[in-house]
Amino acid sequence: MAYLTEKFGSAGALHLFAGAGETVAVARVPAIKASAKNRSKKASHGTFLYGLPLLGLFFLLWEIAPQLGWLNRIFFPPLSEVLVAWWALLASGVLIEHIGISLQRAAIGFALGVVVAIPLGLLMGRYWLFEKVSDLLVQTLRNTSQFALLPVFILLLGIGEESKVAITFYSSVFFLLVNTISGVKSVDPLLIKAARSMGTSDFDLFRKVILPASIPSIVAGARLAVKSSLFAVIGAEMLAAKSGLGFLIQNSQLMMETADMYAGILTLTVIGLTVNYLLVWFKRWATAWKGQSETSLI
Amino acid sequence: MDRPNMDRIVVSDISKTFQLKPGQFVTVDGEATDRVTVLDGVDLSIRKGEFITLVGPSGSGKSVLLDIIGGLTQATGGNVQLDGRRITRPDPKTGYVFQQYALFPWRTALANIEYALEVRGVAKAERTATARHLLALFGLAGFEDRFPNQLSGGMQQRVAIARALASNPEVLLMDEPFAALDQQTRELLQGELLRIWGKINTTVIFVTHSIDEAIFLADRVVVMTARPGAVKEIIDIDLPRPRDGDIRASAEFNAYRARVWDVLRDEVNKAQKDWTLSPAFSH
Repeated sequence: MAYLTEKFGSAGALHLFAGAGETVAVARVPAIKASAKNRSKKASHGTFLYGLPLLGLFFLLWEIAPQLGWLNRIFFPPLSEVLVAWWALLASGVLIEHIGISLQRAAIGFALGVVVAIPLGLLMGRYWLFEKVSDLLVQTLRNTSQFALLPVFILLLGIGEESKVAITFYSSVFFLLVNTISGVKSVDPLLIKAARSMGTSDFDLFRKVILPASIPSIVAGARLAVKSSLFAVIGAEMLAAKSGLGFLIQNSQLMMETADMYAGILTLTVIGLTVNYLLVWFKRWATAWKGQSETSLI
Repeated sequence: MDRPNMDRIVVSDISKTFQLKPGQFVTVDGEATDRVTVLDGVDLSIRKGEFITLVGPSGSGKSVLLDIIGGLTQATGGNVQLDGRRITRPDPKTGYVFQQYALFPWRTALANIEYALEVRGVAKAERTATARHLLALFGLAGFEDRFPNQLSGGMQQRVAIARALASNPEVLLMDEPFAALDQQTRELLQGELLRIWGKINTTVIFVTHSIDEAIFLADRVVVMTARPGAVKEIIDIDLPRPRDGDIRASAEFNAYRARVWDVLRDEVNKAQKDWTLSPAFSH
């Protein structure tokens, strides 16, 4: 909301220029936007560059601490050994296979979450009776750990893919649902009034006004949901699976192949970072109309 | 009423009482109540193609009256007829312009105007052509792909008016459309509105707080009473058209200004002493 106020505020300031001749205002709009963009770019570059030395130090310590005997290299192999193991896993195709399986499980669960949560959230956000009736159940389910339910999913759906998809679905659906509801509730009532004044039908009101107006909130929820379903799939694979990155990490630990274990963990980190950047990019693209200057990558 | 064929809109004995939510109350004339009557016995006939401005003190229900005529709010009593048909919901013949523009921020200027035609089922090619034509009419050719937050307030309101005109309405309802704009832009847009109105012959009902604006635009200025709102007096504005900004300096204009203010003054004073909001009602 603070962001919106800022936007309206700047639009208000532009009126001052508009009086002198509208073309002046026109010329100013891109200038103001461009400077905001530069500032955000500078800030995000800064974060990356400033952060590099400390990350470098972390990797350096990882390399030399086991080499110098500060850490037991059986439990904690140096980074170079981990990278060699990682390359071997990659070259043999094993790693790609595990990655593919994990991502597939997470993606199917997330996609089901989207299909269920968005229509449901639109209704719950719009019709208060709908929300009043279902809110307690949603809160109850939402506050039950997905991992506590894994045994239930396995009992109901078996040890195969279905139970993994169920846990990723469960992990993503509530983030999507809660954010869709709050997005719908924060739609400017004036936009709904304007739409109604033009004779918009109820169905079009959802499709053409409430849904697009809720997109920023839904996308924010989707970011949390994607992360949550990635975490959940790894957890589930560590507890009960014969494939996937979680299985690879857990199994390598049991076999005392610690270099492979760290290779698996590093892979997860890289996937997490990549997905996060993709989601940030997607958010910028989907909400470009806000002319945003968001820099947070968290 | 003696020439019913000429009347486009007939407002008969409209009243509106708001029932507050449980736990909310307001203080009216020193007494706490959970009901507020904002309109009481409004009668008004508006002729085809007429430009009407509504002025009145805060709380006189001008905007509520506009919402009732627009079919967005139901009256508690009385009725409004548009070309002899009673209005109960938004009529396709009516366009609405709001003070805060109410453009869809995720749609470009062009797509905002197209929206009005989209929900009426107009084909894509036709609605794009109409929207482009309207943008050009408002001097906004070249701004088709701008989002609302890339446009100044004056430009946003031009787009909003264009959107309201897209469906070729026979009635245009405007709720303080220029109140958020600075003085120069405001006068610029008043001139543009008159220029375009002169071409399309739409009936306009325009709510404003500005006496100058009310006189400059109107064929008739309708002065409302303090709450509960009713029509206090209707003042015919016999200034020649087309009007330009210089007319504001004329003796006739000044006389109208004094006249409207004379009628309005008592009501404004009454409104100052009217109901106060209790904290619970502030939301």
